[in-house]
Amino acid sequence: MREVDSGKITAAIKELCMQANYYLGEDVLEALKKYKLQEESPLGREIIDQIIQNASIAAEKKMPLCQDTGLAVIFASIGQDVHINGDFNEAVQEGVRQGYQEGYLRKSIVADPLRRKNTGDNTPAVVSTTLVPGDKIELTILPKGGGSENMSRIKMLKPSDGEQGVIDFVVETIRIAGGNPCPPLIVGVGIGGSFDLVAKIAKHALLRPVGSRHADPYYAEMESKLLEKINNTGVGPQGLGGRITAIAVHIEAAPCHIASLPVAVNTQCHSARHKTIVI
Amino acid sequence: MEYKKIQTPLNDETVAGLRAGDRVLISGYLYTARDAAHKRMTELLDKGEQLPFDIKGQIIYFVGPAPAKPGQVINSAGPTTSGRMNAYSPKMIAAGLKGMVGKGEMGAGVVEALKKHKAVYMVAVGGAGALIAEKITEVELVAYEDLGAEAVRRLKVKDFPAIVAQDCYGDNIYVAGVKKYSKE
Repeated sequence: MREVDSGKITAAIKELCMQANYYLGEDVLEALKKYKLQEESPLGREIIDQIIQNASIAAEKKMPLCQDTGLAVIFASIGQDVHINGDFNEAVQEGVRQGYQEGYLRKSIVADPLRRKNTGDNTPAVVSTTLVPGDKIELTILPKGGGSENMSRIKMLKPSDGEQGVIDFVVETIRIAGGNPCPPLIVGVGIGGSFDLVAKIAKHALLRPVGSRHADPYYAEMESKLLEKINNTGVGPQGLGGRITAIAVHIEAAPCHIASLPVAVNTQCHSARHKTIVI
Repeated sequence: MEYKKIQTPLNDETVAGLRAGDRVLISGYLYTARDAAHKRMTELLDKGEQLPFDIKGQIIYFVGPAPAKPGQVINSAGPTTSGRMNAYSPKMIAAGLKGMVGKGEMGAGVVEALKKHKAVYMVAVGGAGALIAEKITEVELVAYEDLGAEAVRRLKVKDFPAIVAQDCYGDNIYVAGVKKYSKE
């Protein structure tokens, strides 16, 4: 049994909060540069240029890419041969608290959805933990902005709606969202599971590197088809019209009930921030 | 691409010269406000009371910046989604507001107010907060300090880049732009 002090977890989460918010992933940057060349709208190209410039200013000055430094969504895979000394959940929350404070990141969390008083330290983070074999702890942060999260949707389709039903729902979601989620987007699609699981896998799908293909050729094909249809909507960068509405579609599928076909779309803005560390 | 340079405060003539799709560089002052500050300000207007600043001819920027580091004028400061202000903006426009900067399309009530009172809605690139911060040279607190990032602040800007999205003629780049590039 490997012993890990909870203070190590706090330190790691603190660092992840800052790193994720200051530095845009190379995969996203490469995709933006590639898709800029395919953008037909001059205004669209100019917008993508500003986004690329923004990333270099943010990195150079250690400033958040976007002022909405998000709700801290944390995925933790914990090896079953690790023993954590101290309170794991509190260690994570403390890391978020320190990271958002010391990193000059915006505190965007209210303690109650209706009475809406800001907690002042961006906690609580939303934490998902999974037990896995081994003696390592893998921590991932995905700071999720409100603008793109707000345009996400979920629907319980009928099994007879099939692949076409899923495609129609995803494209409709992007069309309705327009400029609000800050396109060019990364579109996370969950298919199957249950009402709660489908939303979770749609978000988890956002973590896959942009430019990678789905391991299952059936879903890889469906992702290409969806990307093409989304980019045919004409929504374009920032919703002002253009070819490039999304730079990637990532699907995660899960087994489901014989009576169900849940589908969820988690829209992710171009500021597609996430960072992982292994302890 | 060509830019139109505009200076605040705006007047009817300047607004009349701005058309959906135009690219502009704004210099002068922008007042920041998001949902919470709009709620308070429209409550004041409803009661016939004074706003915390003279709104005539001014531009409101829908933004809640990240906290500034020591020595920094402002931290990352890009636009937030404007649609959340649909309920408030027509009242602000009726009170003399001439322009707004945000992101995403604004609703029917705002469109009517833009036409009736000759005002303009512009957008900045959402998620370009670090780039936009470089165009802001001074920040001054105006009201509602308790709202933190959502307080009303006066930003001095130089060549702040924006795009006219919905103009005083009822034209809307969200509709026209998408129609132009749709292949559906």
